[in-house]
Amino acid sequence: MIGFNLSKRFIRVWQRNFRVYRKTWKISFMPPLLEPLFYLAAFGVGLGGLVGALSYGGKTTGYTEYIAPALIAINIMQSSFFENTFGSFVRMYYQKTFDAMLATPLTIEEIITGEILWGATKSVIGTALMMIIISCFGLLHFPHALLLLPVAFLGGCAFACVGMVCTSLVPTIETLNLPIFLFITPMFLFSGTFFPLNNLPSWAQHFAQALPLTHLVELCRAFALGRLDVSNVVSIAYLVIWCLIFFPFAITGMRRRLVR
Amino acid sequence: MPAIIEVENLRKSYGSAVAVDGISFTVRAGECFGLLGPNGAGKTTTIRMIYGFTPRESGRLRLFGIDCDGAWRSLKAKIGVCQQEDNLDPDLTVRQNLETFAAYFDVPSNLVNERVKSLLQFTALEGREHANVMDLSGGLKRRLVLARALLNEPQLLILDEPTSGLDPQSRHQLWSRLDDLKKRGLTTLLTTHYMDEAQRLCDRLIIMDQGKILVEGAPLDLIQKHVGKSVIEVIAPCTDLRQVLKEKGVIYEDVGQRLIIYSNDGENLYRDLLSEHCREGCMLRPATLEDVFLRLTGRELRE
Repeated sequence: MIGFNLSKRFIRVWQRNFRVYRKTWKISFMPPLLEPLFYLAAFGVGLGGLVGALSYGGKTTGYTEYIAPALIAINIMQSSFFENTFGSFVRMYYQKTFDAMLATPLTIEEIITGEILWGATKSVIGTALMMIIISCFGLLHFPHALLLLPVAFLGGCAFACVGMVCTSLVPTIETLNLPIFLFITPMFLFSGTFFPLNNLPSWAQHFAQALPLTHLVELCRAFALGRLDVSNVVSIAYLVIWCLIFFPFAITGMRRRLVR
Repeated sequence: MPAIIEVENLRKSYGSAVAVDGISFTVRAGECFGLLGPNGAGKTTTIRMIYGFTPRESGRLRLFGIDCDGAWRSLKAKIGVCQQEDNLDPDLTVRQNLETFAAYFDVPSNLVNERVKSLLQFTALEGREHANVMDLSGGLKRRLVLARALLNEPQLLILDEPTSGLDPQSRHQLWSRLDDLKKRGLTTLLTTHYMDEAQRLCDRLIIMDQGKILVEGAPLDLIQKHVGKSVIEVIAPCTDLRQVLKEKGVIYEDVGQRLIIYSNDGENLYRDLLSEHCREGCMLRPATLEDVFLRLTGRELRE
């Protein structure tokens, strides 16, 4: 049973989650529709009045225009990370959904792959919904902005994988607050989300460059504002490598946890 | 016809604790085979190894005549499992639970509807198909678990304590469903704590303790061999009774306030005891599998 046993049957796990999601889509649709409105009102209109405009990529950019893509990036991170931590933990630990699946021809690899791709799918759905709202304010530059959807999938996979690794390690559901305090919240604030990184001391800038959200924010901003440059390739490569590292950890971690 | 399950020297330990200690047995086609034993005897670990949930530490396992290693996906497709803990999908309705599970088995979509319908009927769950799983009683949940385990039309059904916690009505209902399945020739492997259940359902069984097999055989043969035809229970026995029994050479067990006497000639002995030694608190009953179980595994608590 050791070895890597992955067939396209992982889609069955994805379908199971999608089926549950469809039952509650009215509630699930709310946060990505309402959150950007709250943030744009508070930060864009309220704080933006104080900040005015800032220089991004050598061009003057309004503060609201600057933070709108970051809101999308944050949502991508949170959607998949929460889905594959709290969501997957509940399915694994409380509902024993994975145990039931393991009595069928599904393998651990397929279950975890299905879960991770579902987390990434939630990032994509959230991104699509936010794009509708944000483009109502004229803050997205089409057609470039459509590339936010594949970016959402890539970023979603990155945070889904690391979320799954956390799920494979934590003893209790409360322990999941630890990676949120130590990993998600600092990134939320210090990844070039609400202010440019060059406002930070240089050591902090270097540190921020090592964080996945920094790269995701960069990509979202580039595609949303239609200002692509070479560094975007680096960011894409960073996120791909991140996935390639954490996906095998997620599988082995969950195998250690579930197979007993 | 090859045996459905062939287990040889199966072993599994967790750290220094040995859960299953080199057991061997064979389950024939169409048979209902029981695994009995006190808590911690290794029953669940054994069946988990048989349906590929827990990796074996050592030993050979053949299912349907095929060596298991490397063939799990195709083997699991032929096995239906009712796990011990309730793991129905609480996010889905009764019907959705079945449909989703059918998808895990890749049941062709044109067959799903028909199978779901006939299984809902078989388990008397029609009319509840849109109910939320969370709202079902324990008995209904167990029936749904059984329906779920049959979706892939298995050639082997594995049941881990199928009736724990059920009321007598639900137990009997489930038993009669299992009878129906047996008539269709389905091979069943089950674990249970209930001796009446094992005696009623199992063609053959093993009693395990501490990871080892103590005895194997048909329920009635085991009773005859290890207990005899009948049992006399004496409550608050008078002091000289033990001496009398010893003189007669009768096998008995002393459980403090009670004596349990095993005998093949129970009726005569009972009449003797009643007329000469104890007028009250003396009871004659047929020997059961529970007597075998307690004689072999002892009466002290396990956990």
